[in-house]
Amino acid sequence: MRIALFATCLADTLFPEAAKATVRLLERLGHEVVFPSEQTCCGQMHVNTGYQRDALPLVKRYVQTFSPYDVIVAPSGSCVGSIRHQHAMVAAAAGEAGLAARAGDVGARTYELSELLVDVLKVEDVGAYYPHRVTYHPTCHSLRMIRVGDKPLRLLRNVRGLELVELPAAEQCCGFGGTFSVKNAETSAAMLADKMTTIESTGASVCTAGDASCLMHIGGGLRRKDSGVKTVHLAEILAAT
Amino acid sequence: MTTFLGMPATAPRGVGHLRGDEPFPAAAHKALANDQLRRNLRHATTTIRGKSGRVIAELPDWQELRSAGSAIKADVMSRLPELLEQLEARVTERGGVVHWAADANEANAIVTDLVRQTGSERVIKVKSMATQEIALNEALEAAGIQPVETDLAELIVQLGNDKPSHILVPAIHRNRSEIREIFLAAMPGVDPALTDDPPVLAAAARKYLRETFLSTKVAISGANFGIAETGTLAVVESEGNGRMCLTLPETLITVMGIEKVVPAWQDLEVFLQLLPRASTGERMNPYTTMWTGVTPGDGPQNFHLVLLDNGRSAVLADEAGRSALHCIRCSACLNVCPVYERTGGHAYGSVYPGPIGAVLSPQLTGVEDNASLPFASSLCGACFDACPVKIDIPSILVHLRNRAPHGRIERAAMRAAAYTMDRPKLYARAQRAAKLARIAGRRGRGLPLGWNEARDLPEIPEQTFRDWWASR
Repeated sequence: MRIALFATCLADTLFPEAAKATVRLLERLGHEVVFPSEQTCCGQMHVNTGYQRDALPLVKRYVQTFSPYDVIVAPSGSCVGSIRHQHAMVAAAAGEAGLAARAGDVGARTYELSELLVDVLKVEDVGAYYPHRVTYHPTCHSLRMIRVGDKPLRLLRNVRGLELVELPAAEQCCGFGGTFSVKNAETSAAMLADKMTTIESTGASVCTAGDASCLMHIGGGLRRKDSGVKTVHLAEILAAT
Repeated sequence: MTTFLGMPATAPRGVGHLRGDEPFPAAAHKALANDQLRRNLRHATTTIRGKSGRVIAELPDWQELRSAGSAIKADVMSRLPELLEQLEARVTERGGVVHWAADANEANAIVTDLVRQTGSERVIKVKSMATQEIALNEALEAAGIQPVETDLAELIVQLGNDKPSHILVPAIHRNRSEIREIFLAAMPGVDPALTDDPPVLAAAARKYLRETFLSTKVAISGANFGIAETGTLAVVESEGNGRMCLTLPETLITVMGIEKVVPAWQDLEVFLQLLPRASTGERMNPYTTMWTGVTPGDGPQNFHLVLLDNGRSAVLADEAGRSALHCIRCSACLNVCPVYERTGGHAYGSVYPGPIGAVLSPQLTGVEDNASLPFASSLCGACFDACPVKIDIPSILVHLRNRAPHGRIERAAMRAAAYTMDRPKLYARAQRAAKLARIAGRRGRGLPLGWNEARDLPEIPEQTFRDWWASR
């Protein structure tokens, strides 16, 4: 299958390993990955911080860039959530009904990685090998916005050598929330502290998730306290052999 | 032809409790430093969450009930004037008197006048969010009338000269030793040997309240529901204090937000299942009191219903935000909110705390008067899942953020970011330039950002993904 990759601005700039792993994984499974170079950002930060008008060109850019493709994948539940649930709303609010309709269509063809693997490509065992004790944090937008359910866990359970340990209070937010972590840094840090305590209680050496943004937050906290636990994107585990 | 009468007014300034003294982050700073508060909140919200989750799981049709509740409320909002006039007609037919209050000032004046006409210098109160919203107690006190809160937790808050911090559990921030101290200091006739054993504390309140119930001729309540087809008002509660207030006094004055009207008696079938399971985690409310106008020889012989707008029409006028009016005040969203669990209710400044407060208060006052509240959320979405009437709180928060005033520096930065991200070549150059940010210090520890207090910034990678892709 020919799959267009939306790398997301965050993975492109700060966490390229997550996007590279997505490419390697899909190619290993026999698919063709293309990277339309006109892509940049989905605009979620602007929408969620109160700048919908400024997000409009980014919505247009996403829709135009990815319209030619039947299947689009992003290694982020949060960006996919914004594309699927906010793009049409931003376009409609700006009075662009045509764009809103196209945004809805492109959004429906945009999948988060675990959705693509399980729902579209019908694969739960991707042939990965990752000999570590791992706990999975189901990021809020993956869990509640696009409802990936247990798809990431089904993929992880099939990884050779991987010991999956359950994260207590897993559904609790890590406190990132985009600009929330800056505007309400102290409340965000209090939420992060509790998330780190539950992660460390599992004895896992790796915390994984489907979003580089939440992992940046959790990982930043774990590094600050010199915890031995690493954060690794789900794509990197699934790409490992 | 229609006549444009202007946008409906928001809740007036200078009266009521919808606006905080400081922005959310500053208020949260104080709450986060209070370890006792955070322990109480965590314990209480975790307990209620568990209890509510268990009884909700018993119902196979919970999701259908939520949809039904949402649909009934949407119907109400689409024909609110008609339903309110129907309610007024039915209440009047049955011997009640209906008063229309455009805002807090009007409502307070109406109620104060009504109490004065009775000659009573004291009123007993059923727990009511609407009367807290308009600061009715303060207005009564200013008129020389003593309001006595009869819900145990509200009494604790009142005697402690405190503010409620939770819709359902207003003294959630207090523990039993604090409650003992408050009772000893402020409860008339309290036994000086009072201990902090919960049954002993409850018995002390019971004794004080029982004397008050039996000697007070006027009661003031809110309303959970007002049924348009019959003119029946309904109050649900857990302690029986409401039943006392609604049946014993000679005069009953009910202050009801206009959004509380429901079309038909049958609609209670839905809400009386949704409300207790979502709020207290009970299968049904211990006390459900309903009354229709005046029944000669039984219960209060004078009944007044004050219909309160106070910004609600302004909320109704905003298509993207109006579903905040669907709220049935169950507080499920507070109990699942990770922000509320850390900061408590006082940080929100308004009587409506938590996620629902973050969308309701700014709409009632106008967003400029509560500009920090729409940002007091990580948009995790737990509130939307928990809401028994399916209010999409995260989407309303995003909508209000778009209407909130922004700082100049932030606005400039956001514009610049959008400009750059709409130009892929410029964007790629900016990505490479980001490496220079390493000068700011390893892991960003030297940066003057709140973020860096508790978290390292990621290392900037040698190569962006798009450069790697181009080099393949």
